[in-house]
Amino acid sequence: MSTYYKPEDLKKFGNITEFDKELGDKFFDYYGEVFKEGALTTREKSLIALAVSHAVQCPYCIDAYTSDTIEKGCTEEQLMEAVHVAAAIRGGASLVHGVQMMEKTKKILM
Amino acid sequence: MSMKSLKAQGHELASETAQLVKLNEHDFVKFKDKLDPIGLNPLKPTKIDIFQINVGKMCNQVCKHCHVDAGPDRKEIMTRETMEICLDILSKHDIGTVDLTGGAPEMNPHFRWFVEEIKKLGKHVIDRCNLTIINANKKYHDLPEFFAKHNIEIASSLPHYTPNRTDRQRGDGVFERSIDALQRLNAVGYGKEGTGLLLNLVYNPTGAMLPGPQEVLKADYKKQLFDKFGIEFNDLFVITNIPISRYLDYLIASGNYEDYMTSLIDAFNPEAAKGVMCRNTLSISWDGYIYDCDFNQMLDMKVKTNGTHLKDFDFEALSNREIIIDQHCYGCTAGLGSSCGGQTV
Repeated sequence: MSTYYKPEDLKKFGNITEFDKELGDKFFDYYGEVFKEGALTTREKSLIALAVSHAVQCPYCIDAYTSDTIEKGCTEEQLMEAVHVAAAIRGGASLVHGVQMMEKTKKILM
Repeated sequence: MSMKSLKAQGHELASETAQLVKLNEHDFVKFKDKLDPIGLNPLKPTKIDIFQINVGKMCNQVCKHCHVDAGPDRKEIMTRETMEICLDILSKHDIGTVDLTGGAPEMNPHFRWFVEEIKKLGKHVIDRCNLTIINANKKYHDLPEFFAKHNIEIASSLPHYTPNRTDRQRGDGVFERSIDALQRLNAVGYGKEGTGLLLNLVYNPTGAMLPGPQEVLKADYKKQLFDKFGIEFNDLFVITNIPISRYLDYLIASGNYEDYMTSLIDAFNPEAAKGVMCRNTLSISWDGYIYDCDFNQMLDMKVKTNGTHLKDFDFEALSNREIIIDQHCYGCTAGLGSSCGGQTV
């Protein structure tokens, strides 16, 4: 295997059911339900998916949800704002631990 | 963006045969094999109700995705004699709608006369206006008044409500000039409630992807165009790009061809296949030949009847013909379907 990630593997995602059909089917049923129009629109859900894709750094998901958000009519600005939301949360998640660091520092220093 | 058509460039894909070879050289599932299990092969017409006439390939724009390979360098233009044959046929048959397309149909020197004669026959006329022709030259400035006087339905491409997405597909400055043209059409009543003057916009993806749902995109367009430019319109027709001619060239050059074809094939929808426009439309070329649709016309696949020219027009035979299909037909059957009137499902 020349690389762990292959773009063509995205299209094979559905084949996950090959080794465990029951759990695979349950996952895809659930997945389909999650992305249906609901209290959130399908476009809002797609933008959330795009942001989460960046947060979890999944290249398959980034590929899929970049196309999906554009197909659903989102602009480049909206896609980038979603990515910045992911970046802000990831950055913030690191930075907020600075409080723990500061409290520990204050505790151990005279 | 090149200002030359593929033909003027001497490009390989200017050849219809080369396009068909390209479309068939991969081992994608054949379109006919998708129609077989749903009982649509052979594909037959329902009722012929639209006469779509391509009055010429000349255009003031050179759009990146144009399936006609139209442009200022294309000189193929329908003659008045051919238009007279069209009028004769239209006067004898119950075909309700005449859909005029091009190129820029208004650049045909007989355009206005032709429209007036078709209207005298009581037909509904659609003009596929590229918008920028209206402000391209002083002689076209009164087109909105002309359209309004004859109550012509206008269908105009505006692939996005942002300047950069539209200009990347249709050429620098096209968005700004399209907005100006839309404002001129609004000024004579087009797109305004209660006037009966229909102004429909056409959305097609500005890249290698399928379009989203029409209703969602229409709501975006309504809001964005009204809020930013005060523009009103009636409907938004969402169209899938068909992988032929300049769009095929774009797909290959950008490395998207295989993925795009796979997307179209994976999204094959039997319901969309039932409603394809070739089942109620005849497409006429500038030189008077008859085709199943404008795409088959550009691939030079004439109707499968004994006579293929307007001079041999046989309504009965055409109503019972077998529609010619090939791999590009996946473009009309993907997802929510695609036709010159937008999504079909």
